[in-house]
Amino acid sequence: MRTKARRFTLTDYLALTLLTLLTMLVCLSLGSVALPLDQTLATLVGALFGKPADPGIAGTIILSLRLPRVLSVALVGAALSLAGAAMQGLLRNPLADGSTLGVSSGASLGAVLALALGVTLPGLSQLGTMGMAMLFAFLSLALILSLAWKIDASLATNTIILIGVIFSMFASSLISLMIAFSGERLRSITFWTMGSLSGTGYTQAFTLLIALLLCAPLILSSSHELDAFAIGEDNAHTIGVNVRGVKLRVLITVSILIGVCVSIGGTIGFVGLVTPHMTRLVVGPAHPRLLPASLFAGAIFLMLADLLARTIVSPIELPLGVVTSFIGAILFVLIFFRSRRAR
Amino acid sequence: MLEVTGLCVQTGGQRLIENISFSLLPGDWLMLVGPNGAGKSTMLNAISQALPYQGSVTFEGQDLARMKPRLRAGCLGVLGQRHAVGYAFTVLEVVRLGRYAARGSFFSRQGDLQGRQLIDRAIAMTGLESLLDHSVLTLSGGELQRVFLAQLFAQNPRLLLLDEPANHLDLLYQQQLFNLLQAWLKTPGRALISVVHDLSLARKYGNRALLLDKGRMVVSGDVGTTLSPQTLQSVYQMDVFAWMRGLLEEWQS
Repeated sequence: MRTKARRFTLTDYLALTLLTLLTMLVCLSLGSVALPLDQTLATLVGALFGKPADPGIAGTIILSLRLPRVLSVALVGAALSLAGAAMQGLLRNPLADGSTLGVSSGASLGAVLALALGVTLPGLSQLGTMGMAMLFAFLSLALILSLAWKIDASLATNTIILIGVIFSMFASSLISLMIAFSGERLRSITFWTMGSLSGTGYTQAFTLLIALLLCAPLILSSSHELDAFAIGEDNAHTIGVNVRGVKLRVLITVSILIGVCVSIGGTIGFVGLVTPHMTRLVVGPAHPRLLPASLFAGAIFLMLADLLARTIVSPIELPLGVVTSFIGAILFVLIFFRSRRAR
Repeated sequence: MLEVTGLCVQTGGQRLIENISFSLLPGDWLMLVGPNGAGKSTMLNAISQALPYQGSVTFEGQDLARMKPRLRAGCLGVLGQRHAVGYAFTVLEVVRLGRYAARGSFFSRQGDLQGRQLIDRAIAMTGLESLLDHSVLTLSGGELQRVFLAQLFAQNPRLLLLDEPANHLDLLYQQQLFNLLQAWLKTPGRALISVVHDLSLARKYGNRALLLDKGRMVVSGDVGTTLSPQTLQSVYQMDVFAWMRGLLEEWQS
């Protein structure tokens, strides 16, 4: 009678991890300078066990350029995809993703403000943008939630979506205004708004890892509640889900995750929207499977997209956000047609 | 077991439910009857704590408004009127969620044997065995109604609130459903409230009735006296009995 397992087994997790690590290895080897896979692996293993890094240029490229970037990309992809899957379930809306609440626009605004005004932290010049973006992410989360609370204390789904859309538009208009007045800083601002993880170091990767380790368990442990929301909010109430409490918990967790991602990589579109859809086609809509699968799929998807961004018109590097939106839009249309025919 | 006192529901200055009080004993099947827009669904929603209200609703002396959602789910369960599922969940996945409240913490495994038995029994009661792996998106309205009914049986609350349970069901399933509910009620300590439009069904299966009109209670009590020709005439503004008799006579002649 029970045909499909409700959760992934240890073997499933091992397979997903292996696939992710394999993708990572490929992404570390390829680039403007292609390195053999075994050399990459040897360098990584050497570094992992404290042996002196492979002398020469290959070791430097892998360990100080590519590894922090690929790690950051994988973590951002995992975070965006997990957040998207959670929001699509919570709001029972297949068009939702982590940015639906508007926090990512708020974070972008902070970053653009920092770039336009030249805000830097004393001693840590490149972290000024990141700090401002995080600050603005939290400010906008507080503003959006208090606004939603004032308008409709029950936090109805439509209220949340509407406020998110309005806030995003508002933030975007301010960003455009800033760009119009930014003069010679225009290039760095536009590049940032398109989303990119080039030049990220271990600090960023570590920040992302901490954010994911803090937020992901909270989201993953809400998988039954998210199932209930995805079936219907009335139904969730009936079966005993604390509707408002869970909603608040997921919204805040997702926003923190998104805020950190945007402050490091800019707005990288379509990952949070498309990856959960693709994953749902494979593992079904039940969240105990969908959430962890989305996490891995997001990491793999973004690493491959980043590889394309780095290599397709090498030596010029495309902004990652442009690549994901391009691939994402095409994939979305394909998924849409497939699910239409499947009905 | 259920005590409703001075229940009022208001939205935007409009009074949807005004000062309704009644109590329910174990074994009771209360039929909520009244014309469209009388506030029947609103009243069910208020009792199930899905709507803000004034007044008090207690279950065995405990205020339902202060009860934790998981505990409340063990006391009462609701079958709503509308069922729209967003994603392609299977029938089994939806039915299983009925055990959410009983499962306790987030990480506990599906260990409870009683829960499994309840799920299996709920599936058998609603005749869903052949549909378990089907996506709920492909089901008909009646099948979906049975899926959520099965979820409710799996949840196993002591009081069922059913908003037009015969909705979407063909005549055979209507009859089966009402007989099923009658059997369910036989276990001591259970009670039922249902909104019903078919007055003959209300009369046949209920033991008590509450007649609502424009948010006010017209009369309540024993089903026979509540649904008398005079009160029905005043609320529905038509001779209900003559109409029902006429329908059948016309058909048979």
